[in-house]
Amino acid sequence: MEIIQNLILGLGVALTPINMLYCFFGVLLGTLIGVLPGIGPVATIAMLLPATFALSPVTALIMLAGIYYGAQYGGSTSAILVNIPGETSSVVTCLDGYQMARQGRAGAALTVAALGSFFAGCVATVVIAGFAPPLAEVALKFGPSEYFSLMVLGLVAAVVLAHGSLIKAIAMIVLGLLLGLVGTDVNSGVSRFAFNVPELSDGIGFVIVAMGVFGFTEVIVNLEHEEKRDIFVKKVSGLWLTMAEFKAVTPAVLRGTVLGSFLGILPGGGALLASFAAYSFEKKVSKNRANFGKGAIEGVAAPESANNAGAQTSFIPLLTLGIPSNPVMALMVGAMTIHGIQPGPQIVTNQPELFWGMIASMWVGNLMLVVLNLPMIGLWVKLLTVPYRILYPAILLFCAIGIYSLSNSSFDIYLAVLFGLLGYVFVKLACEPAPLLLGFILGPMMEENLRRAMLLSRGDATVFFTHPISLGLLITAAILLLVVVSPAIRKKREDVFVE
Amino acid sequence: MKIRDPQDFWAGMMFMAFGAAAIFFARNYAFGSAARMGPGYFPSVLGGILVALGLITALRGLAFAGPAIGRFNWRPLLLVSGSIVLFGAALQGLGLVIAIFLLIIGSALGGHEFKLKEVLILALCLTVGSVAIFIYGLQLQIPMFPGQH
Repeated sequence: MEIIQNLILGLGVALTPINMLYCFFGVLLGTLIGVLPGIGPVATIAMLLPATFALSPVTALIMLAGIYYGAQYGGSTSAILVNIPGETSSVVTCLDGYQMARQGRAGAALTVAALGSFFAGCVATVVIAGFAPPLAEVALKFGPSEYFSLMVLGLVAAVVLAHGSLIKAIAMIVLGLLLGLVGTDVNSGVSRFAFNVPELSDGIGFVIVAMGVFGFTEVIVNLEHEEKRDIFVKKVSGLWLTMAEFKAVTPAVLRGTVLGSFLGILPGGGALLASFAAYSFEKKVSKNRANFGKGAIEGVAAPESANNAGAQTSFIPLLTLGIPSNPVMALMVGAMTIHGIQPGPQIVTNQPELFWGMIASMWVGNLMLVVLNLPMIGLWVKLLTVPYRILYPAILLFCAIGIYSLSNSSFDIYLAVLFGLLGYVFVKLACEPAPLLLGFILGPMMEENLRRAMLLSRGDATVFFTHPISLGLLITAAILLLVVVSPAIRKKREDVFVE
Repeated sequence: MKIRDPQDFWAGMMFMAFGAAAIFFARNYAFGSAARMGPGYFPSVLGGILVALGLITALRGLAFAGPAIGRFNWRPLLLVSGSIVLFGAALQGLGLVIAIFLLIIGSALGGHEFKLKEVLILALCLTVGSVAIFIYGLQLQIPMFPGQH
């Protein structure tokens, strides 16, 4: 069994003291920011990127990955106890989780969320271990035309799965692609859209964009509303599930895990989509569907399992194809580049310690998270009593120092503020910033592959349709787009997001 | 002509402006041909697409009714962004300690409640923590006090 051998290799890497320590640090921080509303994994990972310079690449990636899936655990805590989603992927958990808390079953809801997440995390780890290597092998045969088509598919999928207006989401992607082109063009050496500003000649750092539109904008938007946090449960007791509850959640966790794992792999997928889809699916098939919204434990189990599964399997496109499927993965690309690793299919074969070490660390990290989230729940409840007026200046400070440390330049801070203001305008005009960041990351890669494909085919654009894999990818993208535009699906899509 | 969905209409206008700007500035870069794309090729095409998408969005804003644009809340917007800019400006010359106090006090003024004592304690704690983590721990090249640059 090659998989087992590989996982043992990975565990050997993940279980070294230094990696365990940083894995713990990552999941702890992930839980922390997951519990706290107003700061998400994107801003946190962006903030910490410069600090990972000193670490070895695998240690850095283990820690950053831990932040992402750790946030899925923490997010459920505030959703259940305060009815405020700590993370967007826990929005649906509020519906039934908070009702359970009001009925005195907060402990059970937290347990289901944590154990469901743990189970999903273990399964997702195996899914990555099983699927990633063969997928990477296929990807090794990809030429520039296949890569270009794959990126088109990824971007289309990202749009389809985003909520809100379709055209606006596409426009945001294109705007992101354009912003990604700022700086010196690698092929001709011509400086584009830099306006003779020396700091722009190397391009805009993605951390700056991410911190602006996700960090600064979020703080400003949060300050618009008066803070209201009713902590329903001061002391959580009764963590154990009853036998009936255990029976009820088992199928829900299984369904959530399968759905979440699958949706995480899709380009454009990840934790957010997985949790929404799992909740609406569970609401349709569960025996207990009449109770949904009134404290159904299945309504907590399914989305919480799904978001953790999705968070982890969204590493598959990144590790096998080198293509980020959501903003967090886009930041992971950045983390890899900082450490001189080119994300893509060659990682599996060339750097097995990195690949398998990271996967094995997810299992280790999930185990740590269960311990962090159940016995230590009291600590997180206390944390929720820290008011936002204390938190946000600290968030701003860490963001600002993080940006400055990228290249010791105050210019980057000003640029991030500019993106923060732009992000505020986006919010007011109901434009989603996530597609922008994806486009921003993919912009240079897409141009490069388009150029190479066209050069190889001597300017014949049909190359994208004559190569079978490329054609298949483009057809999939077209079908996806057509499906979403069709009125019936469109209505359904709106329903899902309205809930 | 009446704007029925201001969010869509103005979003469309914004996209058109960005697209047009991209095309305008990209005309200085060699366009090349499909086989040998110059640096101007991709941005020009993207700019064109963006203008088209913006146009569709803006027209939809005229055709279909939608929600109004939420009011801009200037106080947090200006105080938060202003204090971050101030932080950036102060960092090199005045050092981390003063910059942190400027950022914390400035941004705290943008919130709903401002308790001076609480804010000063917060700033002090964050200063101690940041100096420990960033200057001693991570060895970032940031001056701590004025005149150390």
